Amino acid sequence: MKRTVIPIGPYHPLQEEAEFFQLQVEGERVVDIDVDLGYNHRGIEKICESRTFDQIPFVVERICGICSTSHPLAYVRAVEEIAEVEVLERALYIRTIIAELERLHSHLLWLGLAGHFIGYNTVFMWAWRYREPVLDIMEEVTGNRNNYAMMKVGGVRRDILEEDLPKIKKMVEGLRRPLDMLVGAVLDDPVIHARTKGIGVLTPEDARIYGAVGPTARASGLAIDVRRDEPYAAYDRVEWKVITWESGDVFAKVAVRLLEIPESIKIIVQCLDQMKPGEIDAKVKEIPPGEGIGRVEAPRGETFHYVRSDGSNRPVRHKVRAPSYTNVPTFKATCVGQTVSDATIILAAVDPCYSCTERMAVVDGVGGKRLSGGYDLISLSQRRTREILNTLAGRVAQGELERGLREGYRRIGGKAC
Amino acid sequence: MKDREEIIAKINEAVGKKAVSSYRPAPNRFHVSVAQGDLRKTVKLVFEELLGRYVILTGVDTPQGMEVLYHFSFDEVGLVVTLRVLLDKQDAKIDSITPIVRGAEWIEREIHELLGVEFVGHPNMRRLILAEDWPEGVYPLRRSYGRDST
Repeated sequence: MKRTVIPIGPYHPLQEEAEFFQLQVEGERVVDIDVDLGYNHRGIEKICESRTFDQIPFVVERICGICSTSHPLAYVRAVEEIAEVEVLERALYIRTIIAELERLHSHLLWLGLAGHFIGYNTVFMWAWRYREPVLDIMEEVTGNRNNYAMMKVGGVRRDILEEDLPKIKKMVEGLRRPLDMLVGAVLDDPVIHARTKGIGVLTPEDARIYGAVGPTARASGLAIDVRRDEPYAAYDRVEWKVITWESGDVFAKVAVRLLEIPESIKIIVQCLDQMKPGEIDAKVKEIPPGEGIGRVEAPRGETFHYVRSDGSNRPVRHKVRAPSYTNVPTFKATCVGQTVSDATIILAAVDPCYSCTERMAVVDGVGGKRLSGGYDLISLSQRRTREILNTLAGRVAQGELERGLREGYRRIGGKAC
Repeated sequence: MKDREEIIAKINEAVGKKAVSSYRPAPNRFHVSVAQGDLRKTVKLVFEELLGRYVILTGVDTPQGMEVLYHFSFDEVGLVVTLRVLLDKQDAKIDSITPIVRGAEWIEREIHELLGVEFVGHPNMRRLILAEDWPEGVYPLRRSYGRDST
């Protein structure tokens, strides 16, 4: 059969990171996939070698706009390891609260986009609706909706006022019921089952040889989570569970992320309850020569920072490994053998950059002729959902999810939007 | 479940007398220098036998030569093991570990183009990050870059 190349990417101004996928297809089947990156390479590791230890948190915060607190946190932990700093109790709690709020907003953002890709815009609307109050809480805690500038070597840069605590707690508690409802509605939805179960399976063996981390690994049954394996911040002081799933398919990745949402709320509430007034900054003066490793469980998995100091005021080497660096290559294992219409959701399932899937062109493998553009692959994916909806028509009418959500929302006493 | 000491003892035993040095800056960190020729063997032990999780590689340009660090994580016991090889800067060559750990494909390509380390036996040594028109043999993450542009 004739082989055709479908290039996906590489650029879109909205995407977290630019990548360029080339799907090789025979008819509907994906037979090979190649990933190119570097389109958004900013040389941050090199930049960090010319910045002081105090400036770097602001640089690495800008690696990713979505997990913009995971990188600074991993970095300050690496430097604190070199300087053997004991971070103060209150700062540990504040770090945990911010990290978990970030996980909430990131998972909701992902859920919305995943819904959009399979043509379920209701999921998109609801997920993003509840992402807004999370960002409001973030603004209350840090002063910013994104790029919080809270981490510094030795502590955090801003305290949470005692009189704000009840208000913040009320806002967090207010998320619990609507998010439980949303999580339940999505996990029970027959169309989402039909579109994601058995699709793009990552086996535990493949997850291991590619070094997958975070929800991508946990969905394949690997119970790894830096928060538990190497407790940092206040994670060893609160009760929570590591969520795993066995099947490794797209549904498993959806389920792991969704079930992490209530866990995050649980962690934040406990932190707010346990926090005691106190200092937030250990006031680190000098960074001695040495090397340190900082690891943080970002929403997408382990973020790894390696810092080496020679005793001056700036690092001689600063290595950054974001979770997508090891998660993205798993596409080679998950996409091959699947159909083109499922490729979008499989690529989206590891939570890499979505927007790169919005800029693609089908090019004839030989002549390089552009056959179709932009949104075609997403429409293909959305058409498939409509077809499933039609075949399920006896049991599930289109709009079932909307009704379910409205019904659920009415039961918990909210206003329909 | 193996404990930290057992893992460290096994690695020490494997690198044997040839190990230039090892040290433990914290209970959950272990750094060990590995002779160039022993790298594959040691990675096999850490990844396949002791079931360490591949994390990443770091290339560091130091006055003594080009260092490549191989970070592995033992999640069950919360230990990060770092294998360290020191290469001659003029002839920085090391066996590729991609045949053992597939996930290392990208980072070896990256270190190759940014620091000029050659990974012998890498299955797909194309450019990863740098633009196609970036000149050959110019390694931007080397300390000498920008001073004499080599």
